[in-house]
Amino acid sequence: MPDNHEIADTSAVGALDAPLPRKTMSINMGPSHPASHGTVRFNIELDGENIVKLDPEIGFLHRGFEKSCENVTWQQCLPYTDRLNYVSALCNNFGFLTAIEKLAGIEIPERAKYIRTIGAEIHRLCDHLTCVGAMGMELGGFAPFLYAVEARELLWDRIAELTGARVTTSFGRIGGVERDLPEGWVQKVEDTLVKVEEFRHEIDELLTHNRIFIDRTRGTGVLSAEDAVDFGFTGPMLRASGVDYDVRKAHPYWVYDRVQFRVPLGTTGDNFDRYYMRMAEMEESISILRQCFAQMQPGPHIVDDWRFVLPPKPQVYSTIEGVIGHFKLIMEGVKIPKGECYSFTESPNGELGWYLVSDGSGRPYKVHCRAPGIQMVGALEHMVKGSLLPDLIPTFDAINMIGGEVEQ
Amino acid sequence: MSEFALQRVAERFPDAVVQGYAYRGDETLVIQREHLVEVARFCKDDPELDLKLPLSVTCVDFIDEKPRFELVYTLYSITKKHHLRLKVRVGEDDPTVPSTISVWRGMDWWERYCWDMYGIRFSDRGPMKRLWMYEEFEGHPLRKDFPLRGRQPLIPEADIQDIYRGPGPGPGSPPASRSNPPRPSQLPIVK
Repeated sequence: MPDNHEIADTSAVGALDAPLPRKTMSINMGPSHPASHGTVRFNIELDGENIVKLDPEIGFLHRGFEKSCENVTWQQCLPYTDRLNYVSALCNNFGFLTAIEKLAGIEIPERAKYIRTIGAEIHRLCDHLTCVGAMGMELGGFAPFLYAVEARELLWDRIAELTGARVTTSFGRIGGVERDLPEGWVQKVEDTLVKVEEFRHEIDELLTHNRIFIDRTRGTGVLSAEDAVDFGFTGPMLRASGVDYDVRKAHPYWVYDRVQFRVPLGTTGDNFDRYYMRMAEMEESISILRQCFAQMQPGPHIVDDWRFVLPPKPQVYSTIEGVIGHFKLIMEGVKIPKGECYSFTESPNGELGWYLVSDGSGRPYKVHCRAPGIQMVGALEHMVKGSLLPDLIPTFDAINMIGGEVEQ
Repeated sequence: MSEFALQRVAERFPDAVVQGYAYRGDETLVIQREHLVEVARFCKDDPELDLKLPLSVTCVDFIDEKPRFELVYTLYSITKKHHLRLKVRVGEDDPTVPSTISVWRGMDWWERYCWDMYGIRFSDRGPMKRLWMYEEFEGHPLRKDFPLRGRQPLIPEADIQDIYRGPGPGPGSPPASRSNPPRPSQLPIVK
């Protein structure tokens, strides 16, 4: 709890004035507050309505992700990664697997690359919809949230058809993806995208030209490009400040070098730009999805290498090699060569980095998840210091803090 | 990552660099603890390196080796599009590293993370504060000698009989027992 300080009264004291001693006031906002999604406690010190000091206290959702991963096999870490950013689980799944594949030196099949891109882009749409919807809701407009959730639900239904689960997907495998696209799924997604575009347009109409929304977001939480880089921002938050860094463009992975898309850039680095980055990126994601569907060719969806991938079930049930391969992978885990690597992909909120250390056994020696949100929440005090207390809400919303990945 | 960045730092600070190597295309420099801040400042300010984006700091606990801890700094340059990894090794008896907040402000919460999870102290900054765990928590959970189920609840927890999952105990670990592993210390339970 911060101490309260006396505030020196700077206004001139006239002969007839009776100046009152003023003190700052401490306020606890959260851990569970209706105007902030995510469980985080703010220790705020206020001078009147202006924020003097802000100390975000996180960790309410800490589940020991890294410790758990160090005690299970490489494949068993995968369900834990779903629970990092639970709005866009596939981005985490595939990012983690890409890191393992870099460490093990596996090249995945073309079709798996396309399926990964498709899954990650669908979940990018879901994440951005959640962010703009919740932002609108917490600034007083409930309707955009309903549109966003309805669109997200449609996309999650498609994800459920693909992976079997709406939220906790666990879909990827080391060396590819678990199964191929279902029959008729592509057409269904294309139809869904038309609906999502309509919902996106609806949210755009409701928020982008809304006077209240603009007043709350324009010019609040401003961060210059130099500061944004210095604080380690990535993703839409960094691009809103006008810094052109998108992992998909700078270091293309999967099939991002084969699809055409633009990276929207902001100019002022305020909350409105951060909101609009997401609206613009949704359009690009939809375009990427359509290009992927047009380019995809049939082929294997996982590598045929029994050192990393479970043998097909008919061979497990009928041949001794299959049984042994299956048994060793399940009981000992995938043997990843001894070494270390840093691998990174663009998750909806920024760069999702993995620093992995393997000691050559079936279990990770160290799994470090560089969640994009940590440094952004760490810079929250810098962004809102001196501004009004209500400016904290849109700034915190624009960060889109997901407790699962920030608190791991 | 960049071979060039590796050579440039090694040429500039021949005394500070202990080792430089690349694995899977990731260039890594092991540097001495005393020179960390000046190397970091050079990495950031040098126009050829321009490593202005601080991506993360983490720590690896090599419990059987000396020195025991290895701090890993991941840096990136947006203009030059290259990464560089800096490593500092510190022993268990004095796990103190100079803070790099004065170079990159974004390192603040990662340093708190290293303190919280590994007990690495950072000098030249304010008092260390935990990031995720609560202040009453004892020990540093990601150290390899911290038990997996070393829970320290502030309010009593319902007893869970069987929570062990996965294919048995890990290599080299003691046999799994069904009783709770001992806590680092028995905390008074707040009622």
